[in-house]
Amino acid sequence: MSNYLILGAGPAGVIAAETLRKVDPSGSVTLIGDEPEAPYSRMALPYMLAENVGESGTHLRHGERHFDKLGIDIRQGRVNALDVGARSVALSDGSSVGYDKLLIATGSHTIRPPIPGMDLAGVENCWTLEDARKIAARAKPGSRVTLMGAGFIGCIVLEALAARNVDLTVIERDDRMLPRMMDNTGGQMIRRWCESKGVRVLVNTAVQGVSKSGEQLVLELAGGESLEADLVVCATGVKPNVDFLENTGIRVEDGIIVDNRLCTSVPNVFAAGDVAQGPDRTTGRQEVHAIQPTASEHGRIAARNMAGVDTPYGGSLSMNVLNTLGLVSSSFGAWDGVSGGSSTNAVDTLGYKYLRLEFEDDYLVGALALGLTQHVGVIRGLMQTRVPLGKWKARLIRDPHQLMSAYLECTQGVIA
Amino acid sequence: MSWQRKILRVDLTKGEITQEPLNMEWANEYIGERGLATKYLWENMDPTVDAMSPGNVLIFATGPLTGTMASTSGRYAVVTKGPLTGAIACSNSGGKFGAELKFAGYDMLILEGKSPAPVYLHINNGEVEIRPADQIWGSTVWNTEEWLKSHHQDPQMKVASIGIAGENGVRYACVVNDLHRAAGRSGVGAVMGSKNLKAIAVRGTVGVKIDKDPKAFMDVVKDTHQMLADNAGRKGLTKYGTNAMLTSMQKFGGLPTHNFQEVQFEGADKIDARAMMKPNDSGHVNLITNKACFGCTIACGRIAHIDKDHFTIVNRKEYWHASGGLEYETAFALGSVCGIDDIDAATFAGYLMNEHGMDPISFGVTLACAMELYEKGAITKEDTGGVELKFGNPEALTIMAEKTGTYEGFGQDIGLGSKRLAEKYGHPELAMVVKGQEFAGYDSRALQGMGLGYVTSNRGACHLKHDVFAEDMEDTGHTGKAKPCKDSQDNIAAIDSTGLCIFTTAAWGLGDFARQINAACEGDWSEDRVRECGERTWNLERQFNLKAGLTKADDTLPKRLLEDPVPTGTAKGNVHALDKMLPEYYELRGWGDDGVPTPDTLKRLGLS
Amino acid sequence: MHKALVIDPDKCTSCLQCEMACSFEHEGVFNPAKSRIKIFEFEHGKRSIPYTCTQCAEAWCMHACPVEAITVNLSTGAKEVNPDVCVGCKVCTIACPFGTVNYESDSGKVAKCDLCGGDPQCAEVCPTDAITYVEADWTGYDKMRDSAVRAHS
Ligand SMILES: Cc1cc2nc3c(=O)[nH]c(=O)nc-3n(C[C@H](O)[C@H](O)[C@H](O)COP(=O)(O)OP(=O)(O)OC[C@H]3O[C@@H](n4cnc5c(N)ncnc54)[C@H](O)[C@@H]3O)c2cc1C
Ligand code: SF4
Repeated sequence: MSNYLILGAGPAGVIAAETLRKVDPSGSVTLIGDEPEAPYSRMALPYMLAENVGESGTHLRHGERHFDKLGIDIRQGRVNALDVGARSVALSDGSSVGYDKLLIATGSHTIRPPIPGMDLAGVENCWTLEDARKIAARAKPGSRVTLMGAGFIGCIVLEALAARNVDLTVIERDDRMLPRMMDNTGGQMIRRWCESKGVRVLVNTAVQGVSKSGEQLVLELAGGESLEADLVVCATGVKPNVDFLENTGIRVEDGIIVDNRLCTSVPNVFAAGDVAQGPDRTTGRQEVHAIQPTASEHGRIAARNMAGVDTPYGGSLSMNVLNTLGLVSSSFGAWDGVSGGSSTNAVDTLGYKYLRLEFEDDYLVGALALGLTQHVGVIRGLMQTRVPLGKWKARLIRDPHQLMSAYLECTQGVIA
Repeated sequence: MSWQRKILRVDLTKGEITQEPLNMEWANEYIGERGLATKYLWENMDPTVDAMSPGNVLIFATGPLTGTMASTSGRYAVVTKGPLTGAIACSNSGGKFGAELKFAGYDMLILEGKSPAPVYLHINNGEVEIRPADQIWGSTVWNTEEWLKSHHQDPQMKVASIGIAGENGVRYACVVNDLHRAAGRSGVGAVMGSKNLKAIAVRGTVGVKIDKDPKAFMDVVKDTHQMLADNAGRKGLTKYGTNAMLTSMQKFGGLPTHNFQEVQFEGADKIDARAMMKPNDSGHVNLITNKACFGCTIACGRIAHIDKDHFTIVNRKEYWHASGGLEYETAFALGSVCGIDDIDAATFAGYLMNEHGMDPISFGVTLACAMELYEKGAITKEDTGGVELKFGNPEALTIMAEKTGTYEGFGQDIGLGSKRLAEKYGHPELAMVVKGQEFAGYDSRALQGMGLGYVTSNRGACHLKHDVFAEDMEDTGHTGKAKPCKDSQDNIAAIDSTGLCIFTTAAWGLGDFARQINAACEGDWSEDRVRECGERTWNLERQFNLKAGLTKADDTLPKRLLEDPVPTGTAKGNVHALDKMLPEYYELRGWGDDGVPTPDTLKRLGLS
Repeated sequence: MHKALVIDPDKCTSCLQCEMACSFEHEGVFNPAKSRIKIFEFEHGKRSIPYTCTQCAEAWCMHACPVEAITVNLSTGAKEVNPDVCVGCKVCTIACPFGTVNYESDSGKVAKCDLCGGDPQCAEVCPTDAITYVEADWTGYDKMRDSAVRAHS
């Protein structure tokens, strides 16, 4: 009987625990997470902020005593250290827990820019359920909210804040919104869209410090301008939770390096989700893809391999879908193109529609889409099945919106 | 209620777009589509204005059942004053455009005035805009649709547009939707062109709701679907398409050949439904499959392709694809009436009709007229730009189809239509038309009831506005046919107003249409009420024509059909007995000897 | 063994009765834009392909959902979206490599085929039997499942 231990009760950890239970019904499964909550999805927090769902709507599982029933031992506790030789972890309360197989699914933590005032009350992250509660308490209709960082997470939070009818300003250091998810055309389109909906967007703008004046927070901007706010939400980046791995020999770069079985450089230790740097399906390199689908795939595949069901992983795909005040955008894989590849796009600036496709040889390797909500998944399908596009490549270059036809014919062997 | 209760009105002169509620009082009197559009036309324009002038009004109308699960619910009608006839023009079409217009939230689209520059209309549910068409003006229908879909990044968009023929006022230019479905007859595309309107692009995601009693509606629909499923006539249409008719007409001796000089065609078996399914010498089979219009459980539409080695496309790869294939009317008009037995040439000419937006019937019959004029020496090789315009010459067919479509050379003369062409070349008697519109594929002498229908059809010669077929096939005489002609005209006017297709009459009687309307629309819709709506529509169309200046004198046939006996076939020796049938018809209609509805009739129908 | 929708594109005439039946069943309105099954046409109508969810075993959408809004109906095997739980994050729409989960902006939720609880209306109304609902062993969707497997590995 194997003794499985999982660190981190986010999506990766929970799915791994459930999968282990399924593939190895006799093993013991222990799940340790440090948050004082029922396992929840970070990515559902914006919908709680937008008041679409209550707190329980963010929970990963809804069944009563779900984990109990599955026989998953779920505990609250913070892991401080790992001893790979002794196969045990030490918790902050001084206890320790042993394992035969370990999964590290501890996700990441937020980082704030090294400027004064970041520790003031009213400067919040939007990362945990507790963060969301704090934001909800401050972001009342009409209150002035400044969002620092217009990356993917920032933009999702933006949507939620806007839904709370706050007076919203977004500040981004880079020259456009979503610098790592959108090219210039798409980023500018999203920015214009946001502005047309009454959100103030400041790009190429750095915050030099935050101070308190009475109840107000005051942001000093690089140009000398200052900005008052009731709440500052900071979405300026994250780092993997790997501190407790020091001196374990587990290789860490941007995240924990894992192979295509999600195994780390140390036997019997696996990693999954935001904390893992695993194979990328399109580039073949190891990358951190801090997204929900990757967390769930990692969790599942890692668990199978932990249980001895050899399951190679084809790699994750960097992809995102975002709703910015009603404008839906998505990005896939090498959307910025690959060297020697070819590209096509369709732009309708007035209609806020944009589709960009990137090809390498006969394959689709990346895409950006604005305003596309129907059959978006086929982009993933075309990319990861790596079907040769044949004559459809030329057709797609002519009209990228032939995607669905291309997909059907290429994957279903339709002769048209 | 399956109505959206909303009309989109576009003043192209001013560039103004407005929405208005659908007049439900009128809808209760005219059902929808053809009838209701006729009422709106009547109320919105002066019938005496020139059809090609800004004063003409162009209406796209759906019916109450358009966009529902009733079978064949894809129909919409285009109603306007016709440039070929000067009479009311009412052309309906299937495909997917009409339902999409309804799904976008509109029952009807009324286009007025004339845009100062070429434009197209883009409808995306509630967002409607008039956009410059400089990038597509001068394009074919097919390229226009492709451009619009890719420009608006909307592959699901539905498009109705005109080709180069419509832009240039070819008198029988049509409005083509979904690449090969068309509001084909009476030159409605020429009117659209005269308004500088290239296309209407629609995307509708609102949908159609049945408020009255959805369950009852679905029950009726289930039943009527089953009736179609079980019906033998329907099965024939599905398998062979309408071109099964060619075999019957050939056998019977009613297949117009060589500009109606004959009624049987030697090459008939080379262009009929079976020929479409048979491999040619190199193994190529013309017909690929059958396709349905929106909501249609018949699927009579043909999808065909041309032998790549055929002279028409051997060097033109751009036509090496499938598209709409021959139906009876195209097989007759691009085949027998021009003496052509080359199925690929006829199919290719059919492609060109769709690509350039022309009515194949009027084109084919005009070409046949030109061929007769050519053989008589009234038209010379000089006129035709060197084309040997002889009956039976497939090259003459495809060259002229293309030249007319692109409005070049002698194509401009063919684009006049038979009446104007025959007049121009000094032989008005050779134009096979009523009120300026060409006959369809039935000879009036062999089918006397059909002849009366042609004469009295309000849009000029047309085979689709009445149904005396069974009587005509039974007996080649004329007696007793005025009544079924009149009755079926009323019924069909009603059916054309529902949003459904008349081909369903293979299985459905008027009562079945009434049941479906009754389940979908407010109020009680009995068969009698529906029929009366049809009769009202018919009489209002007539009123429009009379006001436009047409008279009893326009209710006539070409001399050939009145005087020259049928040379062969079942009805050998017959001429058309119009003088005997017309007075009876007028009387049945409650019209005076002058062909004008009497005050009593108008009063009875609520038209006074 | 669950039944499955079996599709024979050769029989499809593109009449869209299935799309109307689907939207009527799920939304009470005839609206192909809301249909969970879609017909795609090729080359002027030469071919038309009915396309919808195969209820694949791996159910990418279900696994990716952060809030367990997509669950298996044990009697049909269908992966069903619970609109009360769905937060509208759209992750499932990009996770499904078949593109059969669509976001609907008016409801703010996603929609996918649920086999109508075991009586799929598309199959019920299809006049040509291009869509049938039968024992799954021999479904014509094998090809798609193949690509699902390939996509997975
Ligand atoms: C606001 C927001 C919006 C998002 N939106 C999207 C989106 O739209 N689409 C998308 O794909 N992704 C989105 N994401 C990202 C997505 O939530 C993450 O990719 C996903 O949560 C990763 O799951 P995980 O299990 O790897 O890590 P996490 O969810 O971070 O879970 C890790 C858990 O481990 C715990 N932990 C960490 N260290 C220790 C320790 N030493 N001991 C014990 N426990 C520990 C953490 O506290 C945490 O509870 C969003 C994230 C946020 C914050
Ligand atoms: S959109 Fe709804 S069903 Fe889809 S992943 Fe998000 S919450 Fe789940």
